[in-house]
Amino acid sequence: MPVWEKYILAASLQEALEAAANAPGTARFIAGGTDLLLDLQQGRHPPVHTLIDITALAETTALEIRSDELFIGAAVPLSRIVHSPVVMEHAQALAEASALIGGPQVRNTATLGGNVCHALPAADGSIALLALNASAEIAGRNGCRRAPLGELFLGPGRSALDPRAELLTGFYLPLKSSGQASAHRRVMRPQGVAIAILNMAIWLARQDDLIQDIRIAVGPAGPKPLRAVQAEDFLRGKPYRQETIAQSLDLLLAEARFRTSPHRASAEYRRRLAGVLLEDALQAAWQRAGILSGRQGTDRS
Amino acid sequence: MQLKINGNYVSVEPKPGEMLVDLLRERLGLTGVKVGCNESECGACTVIVNGEPVLSCTYPSAKAAGKEVWTIEGLASLSPVHLSTGAEQEDLLRGLHPLQQAFVLYGAVQCGFCIPGQLMTAHALLSRNPNPTQADIRYALKDTLCRCAGYPTIERAILAAAEALRTGKPVKPPSIPASHMPLEVIGTIQVRPDAVEKVTGEAVYTDDLKFPGMLHGRVKRAGIPHGILRRLDVSKARALPGVAAVLTAEDIPGERYHGLVIFDWPTLVGIGERVRYVGDSVAIVAAESREIASQALDLIEAEYELLEPICDPVAARSPDAPAIHPQGNLLKHIKVRKGDVEQGFAESEVVLEHTFHTAFTDHAFIEPECSIARPTEDGRMEVYVGSQIPYADRNQVARALGWPEERVRVIGQLMGGGFGGKEDIMGQIHAALLANAVGRPVKLLFDRHESLLVHPKRHATQIRVKMGARRDGTLVAVETELYGDTGAYASLGEKVMTRATTHSTGPYEMPHVRADCYAMYTNNPPAGAFRGFGVTQSAFAIESMMDMLAEKLGLDRVEIRRKNALKVGSVTNTGQYLDESVGLRECIDRVIAEMDRLIGQGGDPAARFASRSVPGAPHLRRAWGFAVAFKNTGLGGGAPDKASAEVELFADGSLEVRTSSAELGQGLVTVLRMIVAQEFNQPPSKVKVLVMDTDLTPDGGPTTASRQTYVSGNAALYAARTLRQAIASTLAEKYDVPPEQVRFVEGLAQVNGLSLPLGEVVAAMRAEGREPRALYEYWAPATSPLGTGGKMHFAYSFAAQAAEVEVNTRTGETRVLRVIAANDVGRALNPLGLQGQVEGGVVMGMGNALTEHFIVENGRVFTDRLARYRIPSIIQTPEIISIVVEHPTAEGPYGAKGVGEIVSIPTTPAITNAIYNAVGVRVDSLPVDQEKILLALQNAP
Ligand SMILES: Cc1cc2nc3c(=O)[nH]c(=O)nc-3n(C[C@@H](O)[C@@H](O)[C@H](O)COP(=O)(O)OP(=O)(O)OC[C@H]3O[C@@H](n4cnc5c(N)ncnc54)[C@H](O)[C@@H]3O)c2cc1C
Ligand code: FES
Ligand code: FES
Repeated sequence: MPVWEKYILAASLQEALEAAANAPGTARFIAGGTDLLLDLQQGRHPPVHTLIDITALAETTALEIRSDELFIGAAVPLSRIVHSPVVMEHAQALAEASALIGGPQVRNTATLGGNVCHALPAADGSIALLALNASAEIAGRNGCRRAPLGELFLGPGRSALDPRAELLTGFYLPLKSSGQASAHRRVMRPQGVAIAILNMAIWLARQDDLIQDIRIAVGPAGPKPLRAVQAEDFLRGKPYRQETIAQSLDLLLAEARFRTSPHRASAEYRRRLAGVLLEDALQAAWQRAGILSGRQGTDRS
Repeated sequence: MQLKINGNYVSVEPKPGEMLVDLLRERLGLTGVKVGCNESECGACTVIVNGEPVLSCTYPSAKAAGKEVWTIEGLASLSPVHLSTGAEQEDLLRGLHPLQQAFVLYGAVQCGFCIPGQLMTAHALLSRNPNPTQADIRYALKDTLCRCAGYPTIERAILAAAEALRTGKPVKPPSIPASHMPLEVIGTIQVRPDAVEKVTGEAVYTDDLKFPGMLHGRVKRAGIPHGILRRLDVSKARALPGVAAVLTAEDIPGERYHGLVIFDWPTLVGIGERVRYVGDSVAIVAAESREIASQALDLIEAEYELLEPICDPVAARSPDAPAIHPQGNLLKHIKVRKGDVEQGFAESEVVLEHTFHTAFTDHAFIEPECSIARPTEDGRMEVYVGSQIPYADRNQVARALGWPEERVRVIGQLMGGGFGGKEDIMGQIHAALLANAVGRPVKLLFDRHESLLVHPKRHATQIRVKMGARRDGTLVAVETELYGDTGAYASLGEKVMTRATTHSTGPYEMPHVRADCYAMYTNNPPAGAFRGFGVTQSAFAIESMMDMLAEKLGLDRVEIRRKNALKVGSVTNTGQYLDESVGLRECIDRVIAEMDRLIGQGGDPAARFASRSVPGAPHLRRAWGFAVAFKNTGLGGGAPDKASAEVELFADGSLEVRTSSAELGQGLVTVLRMIVAQEFNQPPSKVKVLVMDTDLTPDGGPTTASRQTYVSGNAALYAARTLRQAIASTLAEKYDVPPEQVRFVEGLAQVNGLSLPLGEVVAAMRAEGREPRALYEYWAPATSPLGTGGKMHFAYSFAAQAAEVEVNTRTGETRVLRVIAANDVGRALNPLGLQGQVEGGVVMGMGNALTEHFIVENGRVFTDRLARYRIPSIIQTPEIISIVVEHPTAEGPYGAKGVGEIVSIPTTPAITNAIYNAVGVRVDSLPVDQEKILLALQNAP
């Protein structure tokens, strides 16, 4: 049996939602398909009747500033995000995270929406968006609603969206003000699947030598992408110092649930890497926040 | 839907479940687009959609509606300028895109299977960025894998093409050192005969073939590591519409077991019989489409009595382990004895002992296995397959059919990489059984998942080394004990582990040796030949030990190796007296000289290998590591090692050389062509090469043991000389001159000041009743079996390598920065091909150290997708400096000996020794585990 019967290249949001509601069998939205098609081909996802391609919709492919927010369409390919000057300016962690996903070919089709909907606790896109305080825009039959990003995750591989009725159209990110910056870092293993053994994204607002505000996202540190709120609370308002960071690490380690995953990493290794990533991401964001002008290099690594 | 493909509008309706690659390959015949994994990992299927490279294996065809698609077949027409490339290659390269020209000229094409993907990815890069840096190229090609690992050459070719495109000038030729002793053709830079078809997408690999009425075969695998097949019901599968045949063990007309040395591998497991690994076959299906065949597999009901699997070779040897095969679990106990080790240890001033472990690894050739069997009208069976041993395939297929061998014809196809992994039977017999049953051609293609599960791996080994030496570093005694996991079936396990054992004391002289190896059956996937052939494993152990010994004695690791190194006049551990061609010391000296040049420490031995921190990044530690190796050329051990080749002259003045030896991408065809061109003093383009056809080409023997250049090369050489002499004597008679006065120059034979086009000689010979061809059966020098103390191998290649690594002490991450490799190959016949072998070998050795880990748990394969089994990418490729050392061996063709394996063997221990030098952590189990490094560093006192 083919893994799908019908492939619909939806031309409008309306058409996509109707196709999902009216499909005679199971229906799934598809963006780049870099997760879904592999799941279908390898039998991790049962065959579906209809795939509804949402990559040609005006709503899901916009990437623009809308009043005081940055909007990134759910179906914008990652390669566009990587090369976008506005993303670099306002959401550098996301540009960095996107550049790490797959290779150039994968990034030409893979999307941020798919990365989030796939709901892995260490998806690079999700982690960066979480630190950037993104909210999701969701279109349903009764119109659009907005939800904080964190509400989209139910557990590993489980998104809160109703696959027949809800389509993620995009993400709203607050624009960056002066003294704010972000960074994304991860550690990989040369053997095995190309998912971070640990990743972390940090957004912060800097005032002189104080961390005025901060958000830390880390994965995999539980069933969902995790905000390390206790570490954040501790660091907020404190000066940027080695000892302070070391103390915040203890809090982060207390709230993160690092597991041992066979053939990938032990919980112990992840705990040690957490300290490394915290230092590195914090340092990168801190230094960036200290650069007053908008002139920043594209230090993709 | 409508779309534009390679500039032309095409109207097609997408099918359910159809990917773009299926539309292109199956319906539009654009078979230049390759499928290596079908899981977004390898990049072989890369095509350009609306200007951007995408993976066509995971791109629904329906999504391409209204878009513009470019494939390799259209690349030449995208060339903005048609550049000339200078007289010699003008004809060959006319009309090609500069990227294609550069790939050909630079030798970036080896097996060629990844090349369409590389070219399309590179083209997309250059369209965006006409002046890329090395870093830009690496970024763009990150996920376009090449298992032949011509990454450095690919990089250089792209840079050269970019320059040509920018300047409008011809592609600059590469600067590659020729042989130190070049002849007219031998030792000079020559492009591969098949390079052009491989850059245009015209090259045909087995899966690209289609025959009228062809069915698709699939195999029902047991999926359990150990058990007895109790019930098998194929009735539902047989009843499925579109299924032409379902065969089980009872349906095999001939022999039911196959194998390369020992016939222990059931072609299909019968009821009441034992399943020995997850990849065992219980039924085979032929159907009108691959989808139907796959559906039929799901309808086959098999029930097993499950047995406890035996998962490692040490457990398999335990007296109470159940026997996997009737004769027990010991495939072979291999022994090497020299002197008296007990006495040796007693005489030693220092004795060290350590145990090492190496993992299974997979060949991961980018082209998965494919066989097509086709019954012919005259009652024969043709088998189309990329195989390393066409004549063995013929024999095994014929046995299963119960036919005389001559009724089977194996027609070897281009191979998308082999590395030892295409020596065993995979689909050949199954395809032939099905084709025979239904009277129609049957294609049996493995997907990546099946390839990973089924074909033999590199042996996982446990190696204990005990080493005794004097205080001055002189080796006195070495004792090794090896356990080799040969998995469910013998394959070439005995041979591989014999090589591991005889090489387990390294390329050193010592009076006392005892080596014992237990090659054990287990319920893991079989292990067999893999580039390095057991020596990869034992070199890791012994070369780690040599560094440990040097440290213990406070001696220089280079000096201690030099001191004990085999040289002309040495006697090896198997008692072989080496009378010539031992270039090990020169390899060592040349690598060290190059290192000193690079690091500029004025030759201070301690400084060479010192740990250094990276300025501005104190957590990064760098150091060099060193290792040496040797590797036999040819089968050895008393096995008759022969090859036949035939050379023919045609009326148009061209020549053809024929032998069944296999071209896996390594460049044998280039070498054969160069040899014949050299002997006739002709331009190589005048020589055609035909390989791997059991009807048309004489038996070249197995393509294994780095033997082709030497053995088949000699066969071609002597066939050419025989033909040359026949021609000379014909002309001598005709013109009444002594035969020595007949000369050959480009396209001509010259006698007495008279020039005769070579083609006319054909008529002259025929007039005399002679055929203008010569067949030569070459027998390599005889060798003696292990244990008899004689000449175990007729030649050995030697190598030394230094690797520079960088270890991140905060995360344990390790990368390799530079590798210096010196190889004594006797004589560099084909320097362009040699460079590809060296670079590819080093990268493969690095993969063995750092990225590759084929994981089997309780007999079940965890790494059953390419996503879980990482092979090196261009990003990880170090700078590779190749030094060619030429200590000719008298019997080799122009002095040449084996190249294919030696280049890869020292890399792993050079890297792990470098890690130790950088951070003091001794890696004794492969692959390197960054987590272990970090924990060892942080737990260190
Ligand atoms: C070789 C390779 C390497 C990779 N490396 C990384 C890596 O390093 N880090 C990483 O994080 N990821 C990695 N990935 C995974 C990454 O490519 C995906 O997570 C990708 O971002 C998913 O996007 P997509 O558009 O392809 O999603 P799809 O596969 O199209 O969709 C994924 C899921 O989301 C749903 N969906 C998609 N879009 C919407 C929408 N707008 N509304 C509602 N539902 C939707 C689909 O129905 C499906 O269930 C890698 C993948 C590959 C193949
Ligand atoms: S990436 Fe498509 S075949 Fe490998
Ligand atoms: S040439 Fe790249 S895989 Fe062989």
